[in-house]
Amino acid sequence: MLRPRITPCLLVHNGGLVKTVRFAAPQYVGDPLNAVKIFNEKEADELIVLDIDASVRGSEPNYRLIANLAVECRMPLCYGGGIKTAEQAKRIIGLGVEKVSISSAAIENPAVISRMAEEVGSTSVRVVFAVRRSGRGYEVWTHNGSRPTGKLLDEVVRSAESLGAGEILVNSIDNDGQMTGYDLALAKRLRELTSLPMTVLGGAGSLDDIRRLIETCGVVGAAAGSLFVFKGPYRAVLINYLGPALKEDLIRRLAPAPVEQP
Amino acid sequence: MITIIDYGLGNIRAFLNVYKRHNIEARTARTAEELAGATKVILPGVGAFDHAMERLEQSGMRAALDDLVLERRAPVLGVCVGMQMLAQDSDEGKRPGLGWIDGHVRAFRSWEPVRRLPVPHMGWNDVRPTSGTGLFRELDSDARFYFLHSFFFECAKPEDVRAVSPYGADFSSAVGHDNVHGVQFHPEKSHHFGTRLLRNFAEL
Repeated sequence: MLRPRITPCLLVHNGGLVKTVRFAAPQYVGDPLNAVKIFNEKEADELIVLDIDASVRGSEPNYRLIANLAVECRMPLCYGGGIKTAEQAKRIIGLGVEKVSISSAAIENPAVISRMAEEVGSTSVRVVFAVRRSGRGYEVWTHNGSRPTGKLLDEVVRSAESLGAGEILVNSIDNDGQMTGYDLALAKRLRELTSLPMTVLGGAGSLDDIRRLIETCGVVGAAAGSLFVFKGPYRAVLINYLGPALKEDLIRRLAPAPVEQP
Repeated sequence: MITIIDYGLGNIRAFLNVYKRHNIEARTARTAEELAGATKVILPGVGAFDHAMERLEQSGMRAALDDLVLERRAPVLGVCVGMQMLAQDSDEGKRPGLGWIDGHVRAFRSWEPVRRLPVPHMGWNDVRPTSGTGLFRELDSDARFYFLHSFFFECAKPEDVRAVSPYGADFSSAVGHDNVHGVQFHPEKSHHFGTRLLRNFAEL
């Protein structure tokens, strides 16, 4: 059966890896290439690397870093940060990355989703929405959660799907770095909104949190930052991943997966 | 020696890295001249079917590839869209495929068993080979591979199906006929399972 994906998400800031809390207070946790090597050995399902500086600084994607990551990475790799055009997406895919992720570009210029899908194939275009809960629902923010778009998750997800996105990732700003569990209501809402594959990020602090997400959404991507870079109650930095036996156990506990669409 | 066709599509370096780690000689070919001496060929591919066929034609390697595969019977492995290109045609495009394996590439969205499932089919899925030899030697029942696709290969001849994977129902995740092989998944990104398969290809 198709398995849920358990995906480390790494943030790049000033050339190093960091982990944030509610999109702020970046703490240095290591070197990107070293982390990739560890996740190779642990046979992680896939890997997401997001450059959290590029869009904020208006800079080009760091092609040298991407090329180095792609050469090292033995699992599917998704890269995001600073990608605005189909040409950039094509160049990045050409470096040996499986997927590109776009966020602010998908809001500012939704047509770029279609152009990227034409250029690199829809399956390689992952659209990422960072959201905050509000009285209106889930509001989408860009530029590391510093810029409100005024748009609600519902409309941007529908639009991204119709324009040719291959996957949607939703990132909860409220839950980022909290390690108290995913926002399951958010996950459920996204599952209702789209028939695309989906990934949820923000809040995972334990394997139980991942299990609860899988029970809620079925075959889903469970992405996590803190869970895979910290260990223990004092958040000691230790790049880690679950072993194959634990992963199998997590998946075996899955009831017949409720992957059906509404 | 493995020759990987570099026509601008697919993760060439990932294949080279796998072979390098296992001390198996591998190189890329970008021109008909570079391809001419090849003895075993990998045809990678990502993106849209027509675009991939067009790029292959434009690369100038098509005739040399036909000669290698059809006349000199060199083993060839198509990967992802590279596998779909082995078919006669595809729901995704108007161009004819290579036609080396009888079949048609169909959209998951037009296939009833997948009607209520997310498309693209993306992630790690089981691959059940019809035989534990050749490409699938030592890849037993727990073998799983990484998939990322919205179209799948429908073989005209059942004996050309070399492995199936479940998504709504079983679909062909590997095809083969004589020296021509194709896998829908990405062995170059499937950890030790994929490495095993790529080494098996080198030993065919």
